Amino acid sequence: MTTTVPATARKPATMAQALTRALHDAMAEDPSVHVMGEDVGTLGGVFRVTDGLAREFGEDRCTDTALAEAGILGTAVGMAMYGLRPVVEMQFDAFAYPAFEQLVSHVAKMRNRTRGALPMPLTIRIPYGGGIGGVEHHSDSSEAYYLATPGLQVVTPATVEDAYGLLRAAIASDDPVVFLEPKRLYWSKSDWSPDAPAPVAPLGRAEVRRRGSSATLITYGPSLPVCMEAAEAARAEGWDLEVVDLRSLMPFDDETVCASVRRTGRAVIVHESNGFGGPGGEIAARITERCFHHLEAPVLRVAGFDIPYAPPMLERHHLPGVDRILDTVARLQWESDWTEGRGE
Amino acid sequence: MTVLEQPGSSRNKSSLAGPPPAWRPRVDPAPLLPDAAPYRLLGTDAAARLDSGLLTRLYAQLVRGRRYNAQATALTRQGRLAVYPSSTGQEACEVAAALALEERDWLFPSYRDTLAAVARGLDPVQALTLLRGDWHNGYDPHEHRIAPLCTPLATQLPHAVGLAHAARLKGDDVVALAMVGDGGTSEGDFHEALNFAALWQAPVVFLVQNNGFAISVPLAKQTAAPSLAHKAVGYGMPGRLVDGNDAPAVHEVLTEAVERARGGGGPTLVEAVTYRIEAHTNADDATRYRADSEVETWRAHDPIALLEHELEARRLLTDELVGATRDGAEQMAADLRERMNADPVLDPMDLFNHVYAEQSSQLREQAAQLRAELDAEAAGHPEDAAGTGGSAEEARP
Repeated sequence: MTTTVPATARKPATMAQALTRALHDAMAEDPSVHVMGEDVGTLGGVFRVTDGLAREFGEDRCTDTALAEAGILGTAVGMAMYGLRPVVEMQFDAFAYPAFEQLVSHVAKMRNRTRGALPMPLTIRIPYGGGIGGVEHHSDSSEAYYLATPGLQVVTPATVEDAYGLLRAAIASDDPVVFLEPKRLYWSKSDWSPDAPAPVAPLGRAEVRRRGSSATLITYGPSLPVCMEAAEAARAEGWDLEVVDLRSLMPFDDETVCASVRRTGRAVIVHESNGFGGPGGEIAARITERCFHHLEAPVLRVAGFDIPYAPPMLERHHLPGVDRILDTVARLQWESDWTEGRGE
Repeated sequence: MTVLEQPGSSRNKSSLAGPPPAWRPRVDPAPLLPDAAPYRLLGTDAAARLDSGLLTRLYAQLVRGRRYNAQATALTRQGRLAVYPSSTGQEACEVAAALALEERDWLFPSYRDTLAAVARGLDPVQALTLLRGDWHNGYDPHEHRIAPLCTPLATQLPHAVGLAHAARLKGDDVVALAMVGDGGTSEGDFHEALNFAALWQAPVVFLVQNNGFAISVPLAKQTAAPSLAHKAVGYGMPGRLVDGNDAPAVHEVLTEAVERARGGGGPTLVEAVTYRIEAHTNADDATRYRADSEVETWRAHDPIALLEHELEARRLLTDELVGATRDGAEQMAADLRERMNADPVLDPMDLFNHVYAEQSSQLREQAAQLRAELDAEAAGHPEDAAGTGGSAEEARP
């Protein structure tokens, strides 16, 4: 090989590096892609996801903005109106809330309001969720807010491959995507190769990550590795669990989810976000509406508690872990367990 | 002896010898400050240099705008519009905003700025679609480069900044003019937009129409600043204060700001001091928060009367001009009335179009449900629509 391999083309090993590579490739391919946010330039982002982009593409393409989330997203709306494809970074989940009005009132509605004349091809990257010992306002799972807003797509990768593929798809999408990056998986590794990224299923498609026959765990983002671990552990209990990674919460892949639940007859939804008003309620309702006659047990949820996000030294008690998942799976033995003592 | 003054430590002594470098402002604020009083042309000696052609153009648009406001207000009373926020008394700002822009520029209006959009060439009926309620926006924003009328306060300002910034990145000499009311200047988005605009030196002009009230809350309860134009200084952009009822003055100030932006001079904040003669909307009772005498004072400072005075002094206010202007406005109003009195033809299936570029399976299912409900309605069995399976007969008790 005589060609020089640029620094950004080194083999990504982590999810953060795959995301960087996705941004890099999108910017290299399409000059209308602009990255903007607080600290994304010189610093390369607090998680280093935008590392090297300002150096390679210039500050006009990878812009350190003033510290103002509504301003960042609001100006991105105007840039999208003029034909650019902004990729906005919100530094942490809870820092995105000042931009909520722009997101809900404009980003989500602009295409609809203008009958397609002003589409919003922008991507809003938000590191989200717990598990990194972050102090208050650094670990929210805010996906339910975004899910409740028609016009937005809500995407969250759980694997390094998906981090690259889904971010490329999100940037290429002609509609706004809230791209939730599970920050505790930023340093998860895989042997994914940047030289020949394998294609991934497009936005709106779930993936069966593990085949099983006795129940389906439905999950996404940071809870996928936990569910995979739980599924392995469950073998000892005689449970052969299937694991479905949603990858995209909106659009929602009813087909893959329901096909799995019909096969296994039992479903448990696992997410970090609080259970009450969380995505699990919607998913459970969809499964019940479509698969009721196939269900052997009620659809159950394993979620974060309905509390403001836990302080870091207590968060392990809040986050769904393997044990809580296994305990819930055990409750799927509906007749022998829950009906016990009914007649006493 | 303090802790820092260790004996024998000459290094510490030298660091204490002088104060830190003197602080200096990043930009000399003096040229950014607005005038003490609103800038005026009409009634001053400077009016003599005004171009007669411009005056008659402004006049025609003012009269037309006043008539539009009256007609739209009447349509509200007839139930043809859900609501109409009249800009009667503020027409000079509306008209000047439209006339200060080149065709390639963009206008970002607030919900009260239908008139600016119409003066820019938008079909009067299309400008009212939002308020009639047949759709949220009645026009293609690209056609006249007018962003959708914005109902949330000040949220369109960062859009204007982003668009202007993007245009400059692409090498286009496009200017964005964003309009906002006095109440909107209290919103966070106002601050963020001005800050971004100044930092990026974006080719954008902010026009604040200070009409005295945010619904019922007077300016004195909105800001403690000397004027809204003063806010510009803190962002590092010039602030201009202008009499918002003096159409040539607003036009001149805005034109200068637009040219400055186009030439790479960055953003300007213009405060036009005007007055909302009508209530906020038909849902508002303005007598609860202001005296009739105050309204009358402002009626005496009417933008049309001010301009007529100048035209008269130039012997331009001929019967022909007045007649032709009035006839043109009446014709516009009659056409608007006639077209607004026709019920719009709506397709409920349109609800599912343009939510996403590609419809999700969930939306396809819901569209099929509505289709079935519409078919049942058309067949005269609306109750059939309730269930997706079984016939209406089966469903009845």
